[in-house]
Amino acid sequence: MNFFWDLFLGGLTRGSIYALLALGYTMVYGILQLINFAHGEIYMIGAFSALIVASILTMQGLTGLSVLILATIATVLYAAAYGFTVEKIAYKPLRQSSRLSPLISAIGMSIFLQNYVMLAQTSDFLPFPNLLPQSNFLDSISSVIGPSDFIIIVTSAAVMSALTLLLKFTKMGKAMRATAQDQTMAMLTGVNVNRVISRTFIIGSALAAIGGILIASHVGRINFYIGFNAGIKAFTAAVLGGIGSVPGAVLGGLVLGLAESFGTGYISSDYESVFAFALLILILIFKPDGILGRSSQQKV
Amino acid sequence: MGNILEVKNLTMDFGGLRALNNVNLHIQRGEIAALIGPNGAGKTTLFNCLTGIYKPTAGDILLYPPDGKAKKISGLKINIITELGVARTFQNIRLFGGMTVLENVMIGRHTRSKSSILGAIFRPPATRSEEKAIIDKSYSILEYMGLAPLVNELANNLPYGAQRRLEIARALATDPHLLLLDEPAAGMNPQETNELDALIAQLRTDYNLSILLIEHDMKLVMNLAQNIFVLDYGEEIAYGTPQEIRHNPAVIKAYLGEEADAEVS
Amino acid sequence: MKYACELKQSTYIALWFILLTFPIMVVKVNTIENIIVWRWINIVGVGVGAFVLSFFWQLYLRKKMTSQQTAPEKVSILNRLIENPKIYRPALFIVGIFALIFPAVFSHYQVNVMTTALIYVMLGLGLNIEVGLAGLLDLGYVAFYAVGAYSYALLNYHFGLGFWMLLPVGALLAAFFGILVGFPVLRLRGDYLAIVTLAFAEILRLVLENWNTFSFGPSGISNIPRPGFFGINLTPEQSAIYMYFLLIALCGLTIFVTYRLQHSRIGRAWVALREDELACQATGIDKTKAKLTAFALGAMWAGMAGVLFAAKTTFINPASFTFMESAMILSIVVLGGMGSIPGIILAALAITLLPEYLRVFSDYRMILFGAALIIIMVFRPGGLLADRRKQYKFHQPDAKEKR
Repeated sequence: MNFFWDLFLGGLTRGSIYALLALGYTMVYGILQLINFAHGEIYMIGAFSALIVASILTMQGLTGLSVLILATIATVLYAAAYGFTVEKIAYKPLRQSSRLSPLISAIGMSIFLQNYVMLAQTSDFLPFPNLLPQSNFLDSISSVIGPSDFIIIVTSAAVMSALTLLLKFTKMGKAMRATAQDQTMAMLTGVNVNRVISRTFIIGSALAAIGGILIASHVGRINFYIGFNAGIKAFTAAVLGGIGSVPGAVLGGLVLGLAESFGTGYISSDYESVFAFALLILILIFKPDGILGRSSQQKV
Repeated sequence: MGNILEVKNLTMDFGGLRALNNVNLHIQRGEIAALIGPNGAGKTTLFNCLTGIYKPTAGDILLYPPDGKAKKISGLKINIITELGVARTFQNIRLFGGMTVLENVMIGRHTRSKSSILGAIFRPPATRSEEKAIIDKSYSILEYMGLAPLVNELANNLPYGAQRRLEIARALATDPHLLLLDEPAAGMNPQETNELDALIAQLRTDYNLSILLIEHDMKLVMNLAQNIFVLDYGEEIAYGTPQEIRHNPAVIKAYLGEEADAEVS
Repeated sequence: MKYACELKQSTYIALWFILLTFPIMVVKVNTIENIIVWRWINIVGVGVGAFVLSFFWQLYLRKKMTSQQTAPEKVSILNRLIENPKIYRPALFIVGIFALIFPAVFSHYQVNVMTTALIYVMLGLGLNIEVGLAGLLDLGYVAFYAVGAYSYALLNYHFGLGFWMLLPVGALLAAFFGILVGFPVLRLRGDYLAIVTLAFAEILRLVLENWNTFSFGPSGISNIPRPGFFGINLTPEQSAIYMYFLLIALCGLTIFVTYRLQHSRIGRAWVALREDELACQATGIDKTKAKLTAFALGAMWAGMAGVLFAAKTTFINPASFTFMESAMILSIVVLGGMGSIPGIILAALAITLLPEYLRVFSDYRMILFGAALIIIMVFRPGGLLADRRKQYKFHQPDAKEKR
């Protein structure tokens, strides 16, 4: 039972991170029908910025919660700026092109960002300080749930609820949903589509950065390549839930996290990624609309 | 003469939406028939069922090729239906934009030729002569359609009217018995429409075709068609000669609404 | 001033990039000794670089926008050069002579480098069938390469079969694997197909890495024999020269076959499939067959290249078959020009040889590929040497002859 509970929690933690990342994929896909291949790299850059900012702050003598808060704010801002810039460079000039051009450009951006961080920083793994706060409350529940697991699950849930509210009730959220439905129609009713797209990238990147900080604190080390695998898995989660659907991305992330956790726990840990990739192939082939996705009929 | 195509009780659902309801239709060998109806009546959906793009929910589509016996084509793959002799054009032109005009038509010859991978690599005399035949035939079709001066242009670079004609040329290259034209006159000016009118009539005799066309230009339809089918909300509401359709109260109602008493012109 | 607007914009953009790259470019944390290295000089580099790049970026983007409205098609100088018989015939002759005397003039090392470059020519031309002609964006092409390499290594290890026997076997197995991957992805849209092929390749690599009893895991397989030469034992130097000529011959074969395929009924069907899948079917082409032949015939060359790679290096392990390898082969195709055989040959040679001879390129190789993919897509989607459709000539009096 205990083993089961551990696996369950591990899966939930992992799944929350996938969900945070999957939201970025699903929102961009909903609006642009583009697989933002560089999204995983934003998450990686988020983790690196967090490490750098946190180290600077620590050496200035700051400790504890203030480091966490300042580093998180800085990281979210930086990652959002990266997401914004990536869209302007690699995708915006290709709005009118065929479907594959922006995807190739996205792959180029992904390779570029990975190597940029590798060259400017290092190709080795860097230890990542645990930024997550300590408290008596967390210690008291640590026999049931690990502190970082708890924080990751709670933070992700809070962030995702905030996003849902934002999409549902704000004017910006309405404009985003309208653009996802029908870009031309949205434009005709006065929505500034370019701005909506920029904001989508900014929000998606901010979520990815939060995911980056959380996972880096949890795992304790980062390198320039962590974005690639996480990116593909988060994309799998998005497709699993139904790409374009926000609740779908969350559900897909959790399902994938749990499946991986139980798969590695009860079957074999060597093939952890194989499970995710195999799942991705099976969904795309047999149920490309995912669990919560709308089915789409090709127009002729 | 007999029919070349019969559609029996065709129904097409999309999810809960019924796009075509129990449609019956028949096209006589050698005639030009027209399919008209308000926007969203299901005309293009019917074309898509006829050409295999959609699998109909219920009903049969039967093709009677001149040299064989009836063949049920509903549910067959798109390319097989083309091979059996049904060719079409698209409402929003779908050419192979990055290929030349000639190549577009050469693609049409694909189903009528058969050189294999090994033939492509070793190019034996059979492949060479087949290739030459493809080029010659394609060129003669382009010449017929008045596109000969443009053979080496990219399809994307053609003016609109020429693109429409190229699409017809490509369809002709598949040696069809039945040609389906989806709004061939859309976006054309009156002069181009007149030319098209003459061209379609000529096509039927020169290529020994039966033609079914969807068109909103009533003058063209009334001029060309021997028989007209009218669809509204997925149902067939009228069938008859242009004279009959012109005075059919159901058609007038469908086009102009309840209180209208004007004629469809 | 003519460029005032661009210069002003570029200044802002340079400032933006200085801010954006500040933590990553300037700060370097040494987590072991707990010190921070500040590399202020990098600010200057980023600022100047961003300014210059953004200036030209905007200039070209504007030029592209205006030229799209006025002149739709312009043939590049490079294209015009290689299409002129007066130029390409002597050039081909010189290249041929150079290829023949290359091993006699250059060192053993250079010959090896050139052999590797030729393997990439073969890979690029193979992937071109899938991506360039049929428009199937295969992000897992390296899987077929791995199938070829491992089939040579394993079949040789277990059954002692020789190179010449296994060269076609590796090619056929890869083609078969191509069909195996091709079947499930038939119905998928372009971008989903890309992801599924990527997933297939990653699964294959992970299996090779973890299934020790089958593939010897991450440590790989060593002592793979070089190809024999009529039973004579060759020294490593002779063997390298032998491999080189083998690759020259097989690349010649690849070029010949892919050229013939491209300009055949099947090649046209592939291009039609790329241009418009639905119209292609409605014009009578069997989509399933066209896609599967593209996958099989594309994979075949990767399989052959894999056998040659294993025979050349005499050692293989899963690390040679990562996604980055697929990305590199894709860069060759995109950079050279999708569908353009001469373009891809040039790009393959450039991408593999430049890093060898210019150290700058070797450190910055992958970052340059990444940048190149974006720049090509934005400014020159046809690649450096874009494919041009074949122009047919007619001798009927009313046919307007082009050139």
